[in-house]
Amino acid sequence: MSVTVYVPRDSAALAVGADRVARRIADEAARRGLDVHIVRNGSRGLFWLEPLVEVRTERGRIAYGPVTPDDVPSLFDAGFLSGGAHTLHLGPTEEIEYLKNQERLTFARMGITDPLSLDDYRAHDGFGGLRHALTLKPEEIVQQVLDSGLRGRGGAAFPAGIKWKTVLEAQAAQKYIVCNADEGDSGTYSDRMVMEGDPFMLIEGMVIAGLATGATQGYIYTRSEYPHAIATMNEAIRLAEAAGHLGGFKLEVRKGAGSYVCGEETALLESLEGKRGIVRAKPPVPALAGLFGQPTVVNNVITLASVPIILARGAAFYKDYGMGRSRGTLPLQLAGNIKHAGLVEKAFGVTLRELLYTYGGGSASGRPIKAVQVGGPLGTYLPESQWDVPLDYEAYAAIGGVLGHGGIVVHDDTADLSRLARYAMEFCAIESCGKCTPCRIGSTRGVEVIDKISQNQNRTQQVQLLRDLCDTMVHGSLCAMGGMTPYPVLSALNHFPQDFGLVNPDPQAA
Amino acid sequence: MTTVSTAETLALVDEVLTRRAAEPGALLPILHELQDALGFIPADVVPRIAEALNLSRAEVHGVITYYHHFRSQPAAGRVLQICRAESCKAMGADDLIAHAEHKLGCAMHGHSIDGAYTLEPVYCLGLCASSPALMLGDELHGRMTPQRLDALLAQEAQP
Repeated sequence: MSVTVYVPRDSAALAVGADRVARRIADEAARRGLDVHIVRNGSRGLFWLEPLVEVRTERGRIAYGPVTPDDVPSLFDAGFLSGGAHTLHLGPTEEIEYLKNQERLTFARMGITDPLSLDDYRAHDGFGGLRHALTLKPEEIVQQVLDSGLRGRGGAAFPAGIKWKTVLEAQAAQKYIVCNADEGDSGTYSDRMVMEGDPFMLIEGMVIAGLATGATQGYIYTRSEYPHAIATMNEAIRLAEAAGHLGGFKLEVRKGAGSYVCGEETALLESLEGKRGIVRAKPPVPALAGLFGQPTVVNNVITLASVPIILARGAAFYKDYGMGRSRGTLPLQLAGNIKHAGLVEKAFGVTLRELLYTYGGGSASGRPIKAVQVGGPLGTYLPESQWDVPLDYEAYAAIGGVLGHGGIVVHDDTADLSRLARYAMEFCAIESCGKCTPCRIGSTRGVEVIDKISQNQNRTQQVQLLRDLCDTMVHGSLCAMGGMTPYPVLSALNHFPQDFGLVNPDPQAA
Repeated sequence: MTTVSTAETLALVDEVLTRRAAEPGALLPILHELQDALGFIPADVVPRIAEALNLSRAEVHGVITYYHHFRSQPAAGRVLQICRAESCKAMGADDLIAHAEHKLGCAMHGHSIDGAYTLEPVYCLGLCASSPALMLGDELHGRMTPQRLDALLAQEAQP
């Protein structure tokens, strides 16, 4: 009888040798005359254990990891095909604490299924949301999304239902659903995981969005840095369409070309139209005048991927998770200097400290954690005094922080926050679209001023100048690129003044 | 530096333009397809693209130069992209980059002494949980160290 072995095909598993491990397992099985069926599943998101190999046994799936090609013969010797003991043996996958204690709604299928198997998708509750949506009127679908409390998971946290309602009520011959899959922020990879690990869920979410708003054309705009995600999405669209799951909704993947600011929704639309990805002034909002001037829903991958379960299980089920006005779950992405880097889907309200130590296991280097940047490169650096704030949009906003898309990058005590602040300005200078002056020029001046502070040239005066410059960028920039670059810079300055050569902490520090 | 494209290249360009010019927002997909096939966007195909899409040459030039991904010159050899975003920085990307620059004898955006590599920064490959990360050609590598990079380059050098 054939034994099923799972070896992930997620980029992060491939980057640490999953293909070589899969080949070695196939070769070793052939050599021993054993019948092994290898499934290339998505990743469970326990990345420090990748390549995480699983074997299907009578006791459920048993995990081994991280597996190198050289470990494979000994795994066979140890009888891993029936869950045998081995130094890499991790026990039943579902019982691994990191995974067991999560609240996986959006990532429920992640790592379990073959991403390109429609049968697998259906067998694991796939298309339940779409089936229900097909029995509803557009207004009723929109009402479900409104009632669920779902807010945009791309970072701005705008209620998804309100955006959908605006597009539904707009009169136009053509409307569009645009999936913002331009995941350019360091510390984020959940969009990539969805596209590579459960692409039919995103497709289902977009088809539902089309039914809800009257849009018949969808685009997934993603990054040239994500070749595997692009290939998987293209294949998934082909399979779903051939099986009749799109119901006339047209769906296409469009590839960006290495421009960070194209993650901003209006710059993204310009890029989709074949132009330089430069930010548009709002209003009009894209919901009224978006792609090619037509009403357009622009939602992030996780936002659209959260819709199927809301339609399948009901708005109340989803809304039951979370706290305050932050409803449902957020895929938190642990990265940087952290021992157990990986994906943790939890209801809003978990604290950073819990994530860093209960899940993350502390720093990878074993040194004390010094600063944690939450919400991407435009998010603030949080010192230890802020690690007990619950992860909730409003609670973070109250401390001047950004929860954003849940990206978390950890730095140990060797990090120099003045260097990271300088990097934030430098990144803005490289990636600014150039349309507005505060961002285009301010970022270059910001690098120079931080250099002067580091070199102690009129330090006190230059620190004041940096604050003034940041103030201009916050209030004068057209979009978040220039408007939020001051967040990491000022948080570094306020919380870690010693790194800027300021012996006495700044009395104005927040 | 003027690039004079061969008849074969121009025929390919015309074929791509004929097939895709009518797509909504066709310019980026066209540039991607040409760069994938040719390795870069030769200067003398710009007027052809502009004409096919009813754009000015300046508009097409503006798009090519706006995006980091598009090249107006061929890369020297294999492209080695090392991530220098925050997560990778937290795990030693700066040291890895310094090592690569020393090893290849060039700075970022430069070509190695032997012409075998073009070294470029990249801002996030989505491998933040396996930092530091790099992409060599179209192959991804995570949990990189200077030693592992040396081994990777040595492996590449083998016939």
